Amino acid sequence: MHSDPHLYDFWPYRDRPKITWPGNKKVAFWVAPNIEFYELDPPTNPSRKPWGRPHPDIVPYSARDWGNRVGHWRLMEVMDEFKVRGSISLSVAMLDHHPEIIRACVDRDWEFFSHGIYNTRYSYNMTEAQERAVLEDSIKSVMDATGQRIRGYLAPALTHTERTLDLLAEYGFWYSCDLFQDDQPQPLKVKGDNRLISMPYSLEVNDVITYGVYHQSPRAYADALMRHFDQLLEEGAETGTVMCIPLHAYLVGHPHRIGPFREALRYITSHRDDVWVTTAKEIAEFYRTNHYDQSLADIARRGNARPGTGFNPKGAV
Amino acid sequence: MSILPDSYLTYAKRHAGPDHDHYPASPIIDRAPIALPGGAKLGLWVVVPLEFFPLNPSGQPFKAPGAMQTPYPDLRHYTTRDYGNRVGAYRLLKLFGKLGLRATFAVQGAVAERYPGLVRDVLSDGHNLCAHGWDTDSLHHSALPAEVEDGYITRTLDAIQTAGGTRPDGWLSPARAEGFATPARLAANGISWFADWAHDDLPTRFRTPSGDLAALPLSNELDDWQILINYTRPEHEWALQVTDAADWLLDEAGRFNSPRLLTLTLRPYVSGLPYRVKALGDSLKGVLDRAGTVAVTPGDLTSALSA
Repeated sequence: MHSDPHLYDFWPYRDRPKITWPGNKKVAFWVAPNIEFYELDPPTNPSRKPWGRPHPDIVPYSARDWGNRVGHWRLMEVMDEFKVRGSISLSVAMLDHHPEIIRACVDRDWEFFSHGIYNTRYSYNMTEAQERAVLEDSIKSVMDATGQRIRGYLAPALTHTERTLDLLAEYGFWYSCDLFQDDQPQPLKVKGDNRLISMPYSLEVNDVITYGVYHQSPRAYADALMRHFDQLLEEGAETGTVMCIPLHAYLVGHPHRIGPFREALRYITSHRDDVWVTTAKEIAEFYRTNHYDQSLADIARRGNARPGTGFNPKGAV
Repeated sequence: MSILPDSYLTYAKRHAGPDHDHYPASPIIDRAPIALPGGAKLGLWVVVPLEFFPLNPSGQPFKAPGAMQTPYPDLRHYTTRDYGNRVGAYRLLKLFGKLGLRATFAVQGAVAERYPGLVRDVLSDGHNLCAHGWDTDSLHHSALPAEVEDGYITRTLDAIQTAGGTRPDGWLSPARAEGFATPARLAANGISWFADWAHDDLPTRFRTPSGDLAALPLSNELDDWQILINYTRPEHEWALQVTDAADWLLDEAGRFNSPRLLTLTLRPYVSGLPYRVKALGDSLKGVLDRAGTVAVTPGDLTSALSA
């Protein structure tokens, strides 16, 4: 076990080289609806219990299923209103369980990325072959169902192994949403030459954190989203920032919550002169092409570039 | 028959004052007034911990607040904490620069070793440093052998001296945890002030078998962790609590003709988030704009021991 994942180098948020998003925009803004499937009777992973009560734990199960029956449609309507395309953090089994949701997202040209197969199957204790199978299943299943080659990943339930990020790079992923160390993308230290970056996912303004951890009110959430945006817009004048709103329709889609959220989304998207309302894949593509080398050079200039790759500080194969 | 021995109802330290020898009882209403710079009535002392949270903590003898929570590798909590040292700290530095506020950065040895540039940036912005132990998984407790605890202390001071050029004489323990012997070991290793105990609103003398320390007050009740994380209050409410405290203390300072201190710990991974920093800035500005208020340093406080 390592004290430091060694997946990225220290890069202080001062005097960084300037990022200018397309159209001279200051903030790249994306919305990540997590479209998840939680199983009623999932198998056991010794490192984590899927449900608090004995199976079937129907209250949290059905609350999440509500998201796929009711909440999703409500959230999608609000996103349509402000012309925001989602970048979907997808439990890949949703392709099979709820093709009606997938079709609606494809019709809107939303982006899909993998959030594992089910949010009740954790990466802990997986063999390399099992982890590869999850990634291969994800790539193939989304391609078959939608024609999209997925380029992003967020590990199911934020569960990882030491090899997860190396495998993402090997399989041609462009970005990982798994690391929350920054408000700008950063090249990741992974094996091989594929350019894998960390994509800011703004976990702190995730509705799960707001409602499940910080126990805030819907209006306080909307207020936090707008202030988060204001700050990143101000800083984005110096060098472009990224803001994500990670969402779960089973939380934000409730009638007492969706209204204040709608106002926050209205506020943010009313700044389109300064804001690139886009998808994670488009941000990743732009960054890899225009700012990847610049970032590495700046990290090296500061003397912060370390040898090795994730969980492999000496660089030994 | 009781499972408790007869001695359970003997009270060896049942006497006037505290049940230890570090300081005597001293009601704040009887104190001689302290003097703050410029004759200020209220001193604002801001402490910013720069902490390293290892991905593989032992969690012994307890898990520090903010430590990893999910099975290894808990990239979620590792990176949200690391955000503080990379981004949050710089957001706070920018805010302090705008407000002209000098703060005290409590630096862990592992941070100084890993991110010496951060230590240099803090110093070049005009702030001061104290030591904050090695890391959040190197906790001080009574079962630590003396040489281990001495090692935590000297290794930390060495690392900060290497990164920043001067050897700190102030100390904040990781998670503010101490063993019975910690204050004496701090004193024996060249520390002159510490801020672990929360027993007073003013700086006091703290006796140890190895000489006296200055005990600086540092509230655990108003800081970002307590209000935003433990109590899960929204930012504007925290900001209001800070200025409410300032108003009360200023009034009290006037009524007792005795300056008061408002002490605030700001964790970069909590206070330095985009959606929080504006409320924090408004609040700090509100305090500093009140007549008779001044930001203070440990140097101002150690020269103002009240009892």
